[in-house]
Amino acid sequence: MSSRRIFARPARFAAIAPYVWMVLFFLVPFAFVLKISLSQTAIAQPPYAPVFDLTAGWDALRGAFAALSADNFKLLVSDDIYVFAYMRSLTVAVTATALLLLIGYPIAYGMARLPKRWQAVAMVLVIVPFWTSFLIRIYAWINILQHDGLLNQILLALHLVSQPVVWLSTDTAMYIGIVYSYLPFMILPLYATLAKMEPALEEAAADLGAPPWQVFWLVIFPLSLPGVGAGVLLCFIPIVGEFVIPDLLAGSNALMIGQTLWLEFFTNKDWPVASAAAIVLLMVLLVPLLLYERLQKRQLEHGR
Amino acid sequence: MTDELPRTDTAASAAGGDPYPAAGQPLLRIEGVAKTFGTFRAVDGVSLDIKAGEFFALLGPSGCGKTTLLRMLAGFEAPDEGRILLGGKDIAQALPHERPVNMMFQNYALFPHLSVRDNIAFGLKRAGMPRVEIATRVAEMVALVKLEGLEKRKPDQLSGGQRQRVALARALARRPQLLLLDEPLAALDKKLRESTQGELMELQRRLGMTFIIVTHDQEEAMTMASRIGVMKAGKLAQVASPRELYEAPRSRWIAEFVGDINLFDGESKLRDGHRLVIGTRDAGALVVAEPREPVGAGKLAVAIRPEKVKLSRRGPVSEAGRETAINRLDGVIADICYLGGTTTFKVKLDTGGMLQASVANSARLDVDAYSLNQHVVAWFTPDDCVVLPS
Repeated sequence: MSSRRIFARPARFAAIAPYVWMVLFFLVPFAFVLKISLSQTAIAQPPYAPVFDLTAGWDALRGAFAALSADNFKLLVSDDIYVFAYMRSLTVAVTATALLLLIGYPIAYGMARLPKRWQAVAMVLVIVPFWTSFLIRIYAWINILQHDGLLNQILLALHLVSQPVVWLSTDTAMYIGIVYSYLPFMILPLYATLAKMEPALEEAAADLGAPPWQVFWLVIFPLSLPGVGAGVLLCFIPIVGEFVIPDLLAGSNALMIGQTLWLEFFTNKDWPVASAAAIVLLMVLLVPLLLYERLQKRQLEHGR
Repeated sequence: MTDELPRTDTAASAAGGDPYPAAGQPLLRIEGVAKTFGTFRAVDGVSLDIKAGEFFALLGPSGCGKTTLLRMLAGFEAPDEGRILLGGKDIAQALPHERPVNMMFQNYALFPHLSVRDNIAFGLKRAGMPRVEIATRVAEMVALVKLEGLEKRKPDQLSGGQRQRVALARALARRPQLLLLDEPLAALDKKLRESTQGELMELQRRLGMTFIIVTHDQEEAMTMASRIGVMKAGKLAQVASPRELYEAPRSRWIAEFVGDINLFDGESKLRDGHRLVIGTRDAGALVVAEPREPVGAGKLAVAIRPEKVKLSRRGPVSEAGRETAINRLDGVIADICYLGGTTTFKVKLDTGGMLQASVANSARLDVDAYSLNQHVVAWFTPDDCVVLPS
């Protein structure tokens, strides 16, 4: 009896905690951004108008609401810059995620088939880069990829090229940076699903006449789909909004939406347009997010 | 694809066809097969012939190499030495998907993302069987293992017994020349296990297929198999029919591994016609029948199964005249273990040893039952004894 009362309160708190978290750290900031996105830019502090002034009374508030407009969103659609930025973000994210899956899957599979004690070692090796600052690692890549950097030195030493290749400020450099940075996020969920897959399933498939490639396509891959889904979304969503890597490694002729946001916000000081761009980005990302949630729900229902 | 598997004729007619040697003809020959993992010799020079239509059991304690041997037959391990001839063709190095052999896995290894139907059809599709034939064969298999109505279920929507049936149907669907079963009943509870044993035997007889089962459960092996190979430390210790294994074990280890047994160490004293007299430390002089294979003069052990030992209050009267006809041992009941069908008595012999006797409870009301500390005479004939090298 008394024990039930002891446990009841923390349990109830634990149940509402995620909602409190969502309201405080997602919905409230989102409301702010949404409001800014509907207002107009102004040379002021903060740099947009109108601002709600609760002390000015009801009429002022109503006036402020009336001044809200969808102009910023219309601008986003009408101006090529934004459309191109969104398209580029999606293209980069799709390409990079595909590369990540192609590179991450064999690594995760290899890890899952290692002897148990080596799996732990491999896991640490995958996570180890996180112990160094992300920015430092990207700067290290600049070092490797620059004109007289390590990569060109090796290529020249091996006589694979006759003169240094331009790597920096190219899409190749950006993809290298993105794949390198996000690889653990692809490997870990894939590894988790592959490691708990019964090895006897592969043997059963082979026993029933499936050559190795069929074992993979008919058994291993379908069963690893939850991990593929998790890995793809964990990479795709942040890559769409990626700012640092394209800014440091890619050229400046095509911008991703994250870079455009930065420009609007800090260079143009146009908070409302930046906010509108952020809202649209969120809507674009909401689709894969909802897909991910449905996937998770299905997994829970299947109890594994 | 030169695959002979997607045959549509019935197993009975297939028994006369070429990929299926006729029942009784040699099907599988294992020649000096060995497998080493690191420094551990899991299978150590096993040779064995299995005939078509046999139900063969590999029996042994865990780690004896029986599963490794089975996995080499399936192709999951390649032997380091020796040959595996299936229908005269060496398959030792063939990959699993190239062998006309199927396996039923210990935990079934059903594909969780496929329905019962697709699990059963998996092997047929791989063999390139036409769609219509697949549907027919799957329906046939579903009926065979009595899973009608469950074709669309996923494995996690089935009970343990149903999963076991799907695994069996899936392994049988390709009509393999050889079906391997790795502890197929270990995950079932006792009642279900017993009824499934019967069904497996019936199926094997009806399909005329060759089954090799791996088990650590000797009762399971005895019940189902027509021949048993007992493995110990990577070697075949004895290959025999269940009865021979039980009544004429070749070594002390096998005698103790298969069933319960009383063992008395001693030395051969003298020979009287076809009888030997063996002096034992714990049970005095015992008269035994001369073993078929002559045993050396050194240390011996006399083995008697508990159910061969009779108990009575005064001892056998009829043959008391002939001294060598019967072994009589006096003792006191030290322990009674009632098991329902039988009761096991432990008799503390006057000569010092302990003797186990298993007596059938053939009457419901036993007013004359033995009680603790009661004096009894235990007796058995020389033919009931097995002489083993110690």
